[in-house]
This record gives sequence, C-alpha cells and structure tokens, in this order.
Amino acid sequence: MNAVPISWYLIVAAALFCIGLYGLLSRRNAVAMLMAVELSLNAVNLNLVAFWRYVDPGRPAGIAWAIFVLTVAAAEAAVGLALVISIYRQRDSVVTEELDVLKY
Amino acid sequence: MQIVFIIVSAVTLFAGIQTVSNRNLFHAALYMMLSFLGVAVLYGMLESAFMAATQLLVYIGAISILVIFAIMMTRRLMQATEPAFNSQWQWGGVASMLLFVLFVTVISQVFVVNPNVQGAFFPPAADEAIRNSVVDLGVSFVSADQYVLAFELASVLLLVALVGAIIVARPDVPDNEMEEAVVVEVVESAEMEAELVEVEAAEEEPTEAVPGGH
Repeated sequence: MNAVPISWYLIVAAALFCIGLYGLLSRRNAVAMLMAVELSLNAVNLNLVAFWRYVDPGRPAGIAWAIFVLTVAAAEAAVGLALVISIYRQRDSVVTEELDVLKY
Repeated sequence: MQIVFIIVSAVTLFAGIQTVSNRNLFHAALYMMLSFLGVAVLYGMLESAFMAATQLLVYIGAISILVIFAIMMTRRLMQATEPAFNSQWQWGGVASMLLFVLFVTVISQVFVVNPNVQGAFFPPAADEAIRNSVVDLGVSFVSADQYVLAFELASVLLLVALVGAIIVARPDVPDNEMEEAVVVEVVESAEMEAELVEVEAAEEEPTEAVPGGH
C-alpha cells in the first residue's frame, strides 16, 4: 500500500535543508535568517522521523530525538527573536551587515 | 500514496523556496507556515501522529506567531527598496546546490548499491508498535534507563530560554531611574501605611466611643 521508499523522504529532507542553508547564507534580514534556520531544523526532524518509521518503529528513540530537536528549536527561536528585537531597539536596524560594533 | 507524497513534498519545497526568496517578509512567513504544514502531513504519512500534532502546535502555532510578531515590530525597514539579499547570495546558492548534490549522491549510492538495505521500504507490519508509540515515547521520557536526564535538561533549557528572552528583550531601564522608582515606591508605601494607621485609628475611636456611650 505504502510504496514510498525511504530515499524519497531523505531527498525531500535534503532539499529542504539546502533551501534553509541558502536562506541563511543569502538573506540580510536577521528574522529571515532565523526563518531559514527553522526550515533546516524541520528537515532534520523529517529525517529522524523517517528513519524511526522505516528502520526501528518499535522503539521511541527517533521520535524522542526529534522532540528534543524541536525543544531546542523553540528555545532558539525565542532567544533569537528577543535578540533581534533588542538589537532593533538599540540600532534601529535588523540588517546583519550593519551590526559591526565588535569589528572595531 | 506516491502521488500524495509527490504533491505534498512539491508544495513543501515550493513554500520553502518562497520562504527564502520572497522579498515581502510577511509573505515569506506565511509560506514558512505552509512549509511547516507540508512537513506535518509528511509526518502523518509516516504514521507519527504525535509528531504531526506537535508540529502543528509548536511550529505553526507558536514559532510562526513569534516570527510574525518580530516581523511586524521591525518591518518598516524592509518595506524600502533596499536589497533583500547580501552581496554573496550567488555563492550561498552555489554552496547549497553543491551540498544538495552531495546529499543526493550519498543517498543514491547507498540505495543503488544495495537496494534492499534494511529499512529501505515501508515495513508493512508493526501496527501494534505504531499504536503504542506515543505511550512508549511518554514512558521513555520518564524512565531512568532512557531519556529522563535529557528530558529534565530540556525543561531547564526552556526555563533558561524563557528568562533569557525576557531579560534580553526588556527595554533598558537606567540604574538611577531604577533606584528612583524603588525610592518612590518605598515613600508611597510608607505614606500608605501612615494613612492606613490613621484610618485604623479613626475606626477604633468610634468603637471605643460606642461602648463608652452606653
């Protein structure tokens, strides 16, 4: 019935990860960079759940790991966006190229 | 099933590309939510109902809302005609394309060389395991020989992130202003106490006066 091989899931996850990587490397806005990181973390979780279902569905290791990744992603989003808001308040900008105080 | 998979993953990847390339950040955030939804459907196809529900709650419900709030609080800047991409965006594209080619090469190597490698195809049985997977997950989080330490550490991490986010995002209050605020508070509370004492005294007087009157 379910004839989708695991390699399809892996390729979709790889494509989603690379899209997120491209967004992280090319965007100027810090919020957009965080959004791209979230896409990449989603791809990682998709890989973990696919391996759990295809290789070892009897034990919860894969899902447990995916839940921990999700927890860290939520914490990262909260702190990252708080940093962006704080930087915006002080510098009136969220463009990463203009955040260069530590360079000099 | 293959048709559904192809459609869902095409929508997910299209929404992902829009997320990283759309100039309008608000639209990019909405496309990000669509991409999260596509991943949730893929979780459903992998028979992981718990992950699908968690994806809906945490990613679409919480993280997307956080991102949209951040965009709304900072959007004035990105409405201008200034570029949305930095000067090295081509190199970023080349690097991520190369990484994708590398991933596809490795995956196809594994599955072309040995197409019947363990886990290559959907295991037909294991209905019982799927039905019990949420219970197993919950037990594994609190049993001492599995993930209880990581689980508790995750709770501490969330608490630290909560406190840290509040402290980082709070507007700066200068120290002397803070002290003034404390002084004012102390003075006010002292005044209020004095008033309270007066009121109590005023209340006590008639109660004393009433028995005295009789």
